[in-house]
Amino acid sequence: MFKSKGLNQPSLAGTILSYVILLFWAFIVLFPLYWLVVTSFKLPFHVNEGPYYIPFVDYQPSGHAWRYVFVDVVGDMIRPYTNTVVVSLASSVLAIIFGGTAAYGLTRFRYRPRQALIWLFIALVAGVIFGSSLGAPLLLLLAVAIAIFFLALRPISKRFPRSVENRDIAFWLISQRILPPVAVVIPIYIMFQQVGLLDTQAALIITYMAVNLPIVVWLMRDYFVNIPLELEESARVDGASPYRVFWSIVLPLATPGLVATFLFVLVFAWNEYLLSLFLSKANAQTMPLLVAAQNATRGPQWWYMSVYILIMIIPVIILAVVLERYISRGLLVGAVKG
Amino acid sequence: MDNSVPKSSSAHTSDQISSNRVSDWLNRNAGNVFILPSVIIVLLLSIFPLIISAYLAMTRLKFVQGGFDITFVGFKNFEKLLDGSEKRHFRGDLEALAPYQWLVVAVVVALLVYALWRYMRSADYKVGGLIYRAITFGILSWGVYFVMQNLSPEGRPGTVVVTLIYVFIGLFLQYFIGLGLALLTTQNLPGKRIFRVIFLLPMMITPVGIGYTFRMMTDTSKGPFEPFWAVLGLTDFSWVSDPWGARWAVIITDTWQWTPFVFIILLAAIEGLPNELFEAAHVDGASKWQIFWNITLPQIVPVSATVVLIRMIEAFKIIDLPNILTFGGPGTATESLTLHSFFAWRTLDVGGSAAIAYMLMFISLFICISYANLIYQKVVR
Repeated sequence: MFKSKGLNQPSLAGTILSYVILLFWAFIVLFPLYWLVVTSFKLPFHVNEGPYYIPFVDYQPSGHAWRYVFVDVVGDMIRPYTNTVVVSLASSVLAIIFGGTAAYGLTRFRYRPRQALIWLFIALVAGVIFGSSLGAPLLLLLAVAIAIFFLALRPISKRFPRSVENRDIAFWLISQRILPPVAVVIPIYIMFQQVGLLDTQAALIITYMAVNLPIVVWLMRDYFVNIPLELEESARVDGASPYRVFWSIVLPLATPGLVATFLFVLVFAWNEYLLSLFLSKANAQTMPLLVAAQNATRGPQWWYMSVYILIMIIPVIILAVVLERYISRGLLVGAVKG
Repeated sequence: MDNSVPKSSSAHTSDQISSNRVSDWLNRNAGNVFILPSVIIVLLLSIFPLIISAYLAMTRLKFVQGGFDITFVGFKNFEKLLDGSEKRHFRGDLEALAPYQWLVVAVVVALLVYALWRYMRSADYKVGGLIYRAITFGILSWGVYFVMQNLSPEGRPGTVVVTLIYVFIGLFLQYFIGLGLALLTTQNLPGKRIFRVIFLLPMMITPVGIGYTFRMMTDTSKGPFEPFWAVLGLTDFSWVSDPWGARWAVIITDTWQWTPFVFIILLAAIEGLPNELFEAAHVDGASKWQIFWNITLPQIVPVSATVVLIRMIEAFKIIDLPNILTFGGPGTATESLTLHSFFAWRTLDVGGSAAIAYMLMFISLFICISYANLIYQKVVR
């Protein structure tokens, strides 16, 4: 895009070959989507009698599936759809807020948590879990653990001055993405069961936010690093508080990055399947589960299913078009630098 | 959040002092205020659950009215997977290797020994590094041997090897297709923007929907490619009843979905390369191929390493596609580890499910960290 014209201009044969390959891949990408659209206008026998390709030519399209989904059983869809919208929007906004501030903190402040304290903390947590498994009352154990932690805070900090750095904290936060969600989802299930939040939007919002947080930290950290410091420094000299600097100077500069990251995270949350499979039943069910559930006892109802899938992907396709603009302006540069 | 400076100083002096104190304190600890929410979220929703999961993996848990019963069973759940009732399911059937498989193992071991030897002669040689590499390479060699045992003519891959197949074949296809498409669309071609938008789409679509769509696509008797299968006489063939057919169906679908991710990142990287390099090479009379091989490729190696790492991390978690496309079948032929864990959870074997999740975590951590330490860091620096 930035290269001068003659340089990256393929020869005639090269141009033709390029177009052939590009059109071929475009066909591979678009054909399944086309098939979804035509299937959504088919009657069951159109599907069962073998492939019909082109509406009006091969078969007479019918709106019965759309009518069924939007009129007959519209009640089935409203709740999952609102759940999906609410959960993905809320979790993405929260992930951006918390992840964005953490990323900013990691690029502008120095953190020096003592290694020894981290180990003490982990040991105490393990101790509490082990103790409660032996039947000791949880609250008592927690109180003891917290007391030990705060009593040991100062002596340990003095004794063992070795500390971790920003780099390590960032790595720790980002590395949470390596965790397979299935390794943490059962305890999360139990946690929400204990506080009575199972199968609610809140549970999904909190969990989605937590799994998407590392992506935000990772993308935004590289973005903040590339914002020049001078403006912030002069504002600090003029007496603005760190929050004011963040709010009035850094955020406006970082908006493009925040938007791109937000869209990214939103798509992940929108499509999330595993977590809602574990954490929701009827009440907080999301669209991916509804789509998956269409494989009813009578066998897959392809025509209804196609409608549901289309309803799910149309908003996201609009997002894709928006996201592409941002990317081609080099907004994922942070990610690209690694 | 703002540090609002008090406007008048006549009334409410005590209020102001205390609000000043609060805002002073907030200002002094701004760094912590910025980062603590994230740290707490990660502690609460990743680290604690992880520790509890480790404990659950060593228990048998039953949900009863209003709570649950827990019995500590030690490493029984892991034993079951590695050498008990679940061993065929988890680690597959291990059989003797065919000659060509021995060859593969021998080549891998030779390469690793060569890498070790090169490290010993390199400038940053350290004894610790050598020991680390020796151990990692030992495990890797054993891993390759294990995979080969699974894939031997009489063997049968368990969920571990199926997951590895998804990760590595998928990664290979996605990277090279993505790179090819990125190179094509950075050329000066009219209409390339439209292609870019189209190529981006699959990544945005919900995997569940893609799973069903590809079930329609791969149907040999009613799907759109029926004429093609009819020519080959395969209309009675079902991908989903043939183990390798089903696995390929999952891999192809996964590739369809995630090639765009590699594509956009590499695209951004290639677009971001400084123009002068290309102009200089062009002036010096370098051919297209030379420019690609000597300039573009070395410049995008770091980004490639990053993108491979990210995809590797994500690919280990695959569940939606095999669950929708094949329900893990035929038998357990397409079950990934996450799906295996979910099936265990559905039969209320919570401990077993946690144990599988932990095994998945060990495997993916080992592979991702080895990759990060031995390849990624070298390339990115």
